[in-house]
Amino acid sequence: MPSMNIFDIAGSGMNAQSLRLNLVASNISNANSVSSSLDEVYKSRQPVFKAELKNVMDMQNTSSKVSVVGVVESQEPTVMEYAPHHPMADGNGYIYKPNVNTVEEMANMMSASRSYQNNVEVLNTAKQLMLQTLKMGQ
Amino acid sequence: MAINFDNALGIHPQALALREKRSEVLASNLANADTPGYKAKDLDFRAALKKSMPSNTSMERTQEGHFSANDRLLGATMMFRNPNQSSLDGNTVEAHIEQAKYSQNAVEYQASLRFINGKFSGLMSALRGE
Repeated sequence: MPSMNIFDIAGSGMNAQSLRLNLVASNISNANSVSSSLDEVYKSRQPVFKAELKNVMDMQNTSSKVSVVGVVESQEPTVMEYAPHHPMADGNGYIYKPNVNTVEEMANMMSASRSYQNNVEVLNTAKQLMLQTLKMGQ
Repeated sequence: MAINFDNALGIHPQALALREKRSEVLASNLANADTPGYKAKDLDFRAALKKSMPSNTSMERTQEGHFSANDRLLGATMMFRNPNQSSLDGNTVEAHIEQAKYSQNAVEYQASLRFINGKFSGLMSALRGE
């Protein structure tokens, strides 16, 4: 009785990690996008993960998928720089730089890709076991 | 002398089902390795197996509504894992440990599968009578 639950679970993990990788790519590529106002400047984006419980009261159903609750913008202060000759400078001669920390993002990227690989391994092993189970008794 | 699959295969089908369930739990631990506040879980295989073993001291069921002590293999108790190093966000998944448990469980699953296949080929050669 091979259940296909494990594929859903590992798939949801891969889904979440690939979204995280996408956000890292977006953050890094926008790390130097200058803006002329505080509201328009790019802010670092981070995913929020949450374990998805099918039914809290059901003790049998304790395996849970990952769900992405949302994407939040980082609250860290953006960098304000005095550059009066910059084409994007505002009336007071300031430009605004995103609050992206590239070193943090690189570490984030490595963690996400390792987690993604873990989920792929889980999926491969489960697939092999299921195929062997299908051949049972032959 | 009817052929009874339950008698012929013994404990192995239940062990296989339990190991499959356990692989699901471990997979969800690994999938939630980066979820804040997630607590790693595991099934107690030994206790579950002991529960499903037919024993001489099984409790008598004198009425229809009584629970049987023996038929709850998949009701194996779920337990939370004690982390060696807990992380700041309350997540207790340690990926390397979960990976090790998962691969161990996969090998054990294959062992159960092999036992069942052995039983089947035994039955087949008994049927052929060669």
